[in-house]
Amino acid sequence: MIAYILRRLGAGALLLVIVTLVTFGIFYVVPRLAGQTTEQLATMYVGRAPTPEAIQATIDRLGLDQPIALQFWEFLKGIFVGAEYQFGRNVVECSAPCFGYSFQNYQEVFPEIVRRLPVTFSLAIGAAVIWLVGGVTVGMVSAIKKGSVFDRIAMGIALAGVSLPVFFTGLLALAFLVHAWGIFPSPGYTPFLNNPVAWATGLVLPWLTLAFLHAAMYARQTRAGMLETMGEDYIRTARAKGLKERTVVFKHGLRPTLTPILTIFGLDLGLVLGGAVLTEQVYSLNGIGRYAVQAIVQSDLPVILGVTLFGAFFVVVCNLIVDLLYAWVDPRVRVAG
Amino acid sequence: MTAPLDASESADRAEPEAITHGVRNTANRSLRQIAWQRFRRDKVALGGGIVVALLVLIALLAPLLTRWFGYPPNEFHQSLIDPLTGGVLRDPSDPMGGLDPMGGISADHLLGLEPVNGRDLFSRIVYGAQISLLVAFGATVLCVVIGTFLGVIAGYFGGWVDAVISRAMDIFLAFPLLLFAIALAGVIPDGAFGLQGNGLRVGVIIFIIGFFNWPYIGRIVRGQTLTLKEREFVEAARSLGASNSYILFRELLPNLVTPILVYSTLLIPTNIIFEASLSFLGVGINPPTPSWGGMLSNSLQYYTTSPHFVIIPGLAIFITVLAFNLLGDGLRDAFDPRSTD
Repeated sequence: MIAYILRRLGAGALLLVIVTLVTFGIFYVVPRLAGQTTEQLATMYVGRAPTPEAIQATIDRLGLDQPIALQFWEFLKGIFVGAEYQFGRNVVECSAPCFGYSFQNYQEVFPEIVRRLPVTFSLAIGAAVIWLVGGVTVGMVSAIKKGSVFDRIAMGIALAGVSLPVFFTGLLALAFLVHAWGIFPSPGYTPFLNNPVAWATGLVLPWLTLAFLHAAMYARQTRAGMLETMGEDYIRTARAKGLKERTVVFKHGLRPTLTPILTIFGLDLGLVLGGAVLTEQVYSLNGIGRYAVQAIVQSDLPVILGVTLFGAFFVVVCNLIVDLLYAWVDPRVRVAG
Repeated sequence: MTAPLDASESADRAEPEAITHGVRNTANRSLRQIAWQRFRRDKVALGGGIVVALLVLIALLAPLLTRWFGYPPNEFHQSLIDPLTGGVLRDPSDPMGGLDPMGGISADHLLGLEPVNGRDLFSRIVYGAQISLLVAFGATVLCVVIGTFLGVIAGYFGGWVDAVISRAMDIFLAFPLLLFAIALAGVIPDGAFGLQGNGLRVGVIIFIIGFFNWPYIGRIVRGQTLTLKEREFVEAARSLGASNSYILFRELLPNLVTPILVYSTLLIPTNIIFEASLSFLGVGINPPTPSWGGMLSNSLQYYTTSPHFVIIPGLAIFITVLAFNLLGDGLRDAFDPRSTD
């Protein structure tokens, strides 16, 4: 087990480096491949007034005229030990982990991400709980009562659900459930510690919106997996030896169905930041996704870079956790590798 | 919601003999014939296929359709709009008469009007289909090209080649695609690669999706290749002295066409939603070119006065994605050798 954990940690660390390299590539190499000169690239980072002096200062500050390998080294160094930027006579410090510095707002990006993190995490975790529990339950009931009215309705909704983009369901909810019919209060974020009730009521719609799409997928997956499992010989054996139907379903049927679902859950949880971008945008929640979208409007490149890097790190860490949990649940994984 | 149901009804009328015809004659038919028989009996999938065909037709005929049934997609009709709220007036001759709850849907404007500028929604939806399908097809083709190439090589050669490509597939699938797409859209300047405006946008989106989503196809192709390469016909070709490239392209690839087609049908709806998401976030297609995601992005400001402006582009996405999903599910079931006839 320890060897397995070490191996996964090593692979995770390698993945972090690759992800950092790709993110760096997108921001520092791709624009050059697209035909941008050093000056044009610097203009995108310069902030408010792109005067020739300011552009030159930005080139010096970020070392944009240095060889690419050296630039990547500086970029990595910023993440681990922080960086310093020269503004005329002033020195601005971007402390580790330096995910970039917004020259437009004179702000370090990482603390801004951390400040918005509670919003995004509240949204993502709430939605994840709903879609995992809801999706698996519906899928399980559908599989047990295959062909029933419940099964047909649930699978019909699930099929519709996987075809509905988050921003469409969100807008429908806003236009009808909130505005026209007044069933739900206006969504918004209140910190949990200030008022837990307001926190939950403000996030109900965003949770349901984000969870719906995934719940539909999980319901379909669980139903298909469960149907396959329930046809296995050992289920017949379990029934034949007189086990209660409940034990057969939950202990023998559900468990092998759940393992692949958990793998997908890990991947989805990592990628939930992507879905959160759309949900935050629809409901005007000031999480890190909206931070990135607003940065596009202001073409504040360091912010986009910071959020992208953070999102990529988040995916890697989530996958690592799931891998380790998986090895704990399913001992075969440890041996195989 | 109505279109898929309508289509499946017309499917009912179109293929009545499929139910009674050729049910018990599976003796000497190829897998493809069996699959076609199964598919023809799957009314829902057939309905999806018909809707897909109609949508492609609509996209191709967009200029004609808008000339016959609509207005140019960027023509303003502000005389029909309430200048205060931006909503569509119930009666254009009476500016005090309140807003039209239907958003101006009439014989003149089949799907009503956009708020504020009053552009004809029918034309914008029809032209939006062009962008949506173009991006989805283009990106899917790119996924298929990269995925098939690398998947077949990984499966056929095995060993360290397989290890490297398989690891790469895992890594690519772990990337936060939407965030990277936002980033790339932000850093690529206009005029890059000799492309301007929306030509560049379409190119960039296709490239991003193709570059990051190819492992979905790659994994399937790899798996299929692993089983196929053990079959006798490959053995026979090799014993006759065929080169690796001959076996790869002449022997294996033709046998991979079916699974690739099935899974690309299932990749298309994902890509449609992805393009709409990017346009919704303002990093996809640039206005004034109509895109469904872009319209929903605008409707975020007007959903209180013009709920139809939420529903119509949203339904366009929903119907398209649903149709492709139904078609893809049906094809997959039809070609699944495990499913009973």
